[in-house]
Amino acid sequence: MSALSFDAVTIRLGRRDILSAASFAMREGEFVGMLGANGAGKTTLMRAALGLVPVAAGAIRVLERPVKRGNPAIGYMPQNRGAMAGLRLTGWDVVASAALGRRFGFGSLDKAARREIDWALDEVGARDLARQSIGELSGGERQRVLLSQALLGRPRLLLLDEPLISLDPAHQKSVVEIARRICEDLKVAIVFSAHELNPLVNAIDRVLYLGGGAAVIGPVEEVVTGPVLSRLYGAEIEVVRVRERYFVMAGDVEVEREAHRHDHSHDHHDAHA
Amino acid sequence: MLEYDFMRSAFAASGVAAVLAGTVGFFLVLRGQTFAGHALSHVGFTGATGALLFGLSPLAGLVGFTLVAGIGMGLFGEKLAERDVAIGMMLSLALGLGLLFLHFYTAAATQAAALLFGNVLGVDSSAMLTLCILAVASLAGLAAIGRPLTFASIQPELAEARGVPLRFVSSAFLAIVAVAVAECAQIVGVLLVFTLMVGPAAAAMNLTRRLGLAIALSAALALAEAWGGLTLAYYTDWPTSFWITALSGIVFFGAAARRFAG
Repeated sequence: MSALSFDAVTIRLGRRDILSAASFAMREGEFVGMLGANGAGKTTLMRAALGLVPVAAGAIRVLERPVKRGNPAIGYMPQNRGAMAGLRLTGWDVVASAALGRRFGFGSLDKAARREIDWALDEVGARDLARQSIGELSGGERQRVLLSQALLGRPRLLLLDEPLISLDPAHQKSVVEIARRICEDLKVAIVFSAHELNPLVNAIDRVLYLGGGAAVIGPVEEVVTGPVLSRLYGAEIEVVRVRERYFVMAGDVEVEREAHRHDHSHDHHDAHA
Repeated sequence: MLEYDFMRSAFAASGVAAVLAGTVGFFLVLRGQTFAGHALSHVGFTGATGALLFGLSPLAGLVGFTLVAGIGMGLFGEKLAERDVAIGMMLSLALGLGLLFLHFYTAAATQAAALLFGNVLGVDSSAMLTLCILAVASLAGLAAIGRPLTFASIQPELAEARGVPLRFVSSAFLAIVAVAVAECAQIVGVLLVFTLMVGPAAAAMNLTRRLGLAIALSAALALAEAWGGLTLAYYTDWPTSFWITALSGIVFFGAAARRFAG
């Protein structure tokens, strides 16, 4: 059974095809790192799996079922671009707001719901952090608290959109390690999108690379190669491998590093691309 | 002071409006929509002056106009409600229209002052009943949408993914804001609505990190400021609205200083 599958999916935003007849399938309980240039469709792919973006052609299936909005089997962590930095509420209250956020009507959190929130915070080791104001946490601490929110309702597929964005290397490492542990402990499939492969390379089972409207999934050493990436980028790409690290080069420019730098000046344009 | 009828109804009216304003105001601040609240009060001014001109009750005009404008803002989506320029233009257009209506309405001077700066002592028993019914309905509505509203305010993208109907929640909330604005305008006037809607809520957020506590504190502060202002006005004979704004300002800046000091 697959956790998430795309079958010849075309997604059109405005006049641009973000994906054109893209196909891939990920297994249950698999940890997949999703990479690709800006605008390659990483966020769009997640939003499509959540039923927030319509599909022009093809079929998306989540745990062998058609897409539906508000699917409780999916845990989602949207890209966090610092919107919480000014918020004074505790992490616990922010996490809790999602626990009952879908229901209208009166009443407050019952014991079971409170226990569930504490459980999710414990899973990411953020029980103590959650007592502090979310705006006063560091970027890495905040990501951990928000990650626990995605675990509420015990989903079987987690979509994590750029959890490493603007984190320093130490925090990047801890977030990747926590995601890996969650994947194993809870037997949940994870799509983890990122700008750079290297922080993920030892944690992920397979890599999903997007480019030129297509998607390729496979082991890192088969996908992150000159021929495959040249096809996806539509340009001559060379992959240099030094021990466990990969450097993706277009001519004499390092592609991933360049994409990362580029991103900071174009943040808002690409937020939904 | 409570032996006077007009003081008792002033306490009742300002109490009802303050609790509503403090509660609704908390979400307004949480959502970063305070400017939208401010603009709604100016639209209310147009409604009230228009109603006067056509011989209707100003309260009806106030509530009617703010409601329509609030729901409209909500339907245009989160984006419009955040657009400062569009809201600012609407605000000045509304005030300008209100001025035109007053120009044609002959007994303008006292009514204009009452609308702009409030006239809590002028609330009669029929207006009192209307204020109570509207406040109860608004608070019930707020309680009903409270959980999705909180979620959507803090994390709109995630809320959307989880199936929260953002546009409905946003419109329903702005309709409730519209009623709260109209009630506040009766007490402190359209120009000073901020003082009860935003001041106590912002102060409460500086005083506590807990969601439930912050909402309760915001309502309590608004109530204390309204009643405190009324009492001080009674003993000094200075305008009530002045005292309420003074108390609201002291509490807000005090809370901000306390937070940044330690």
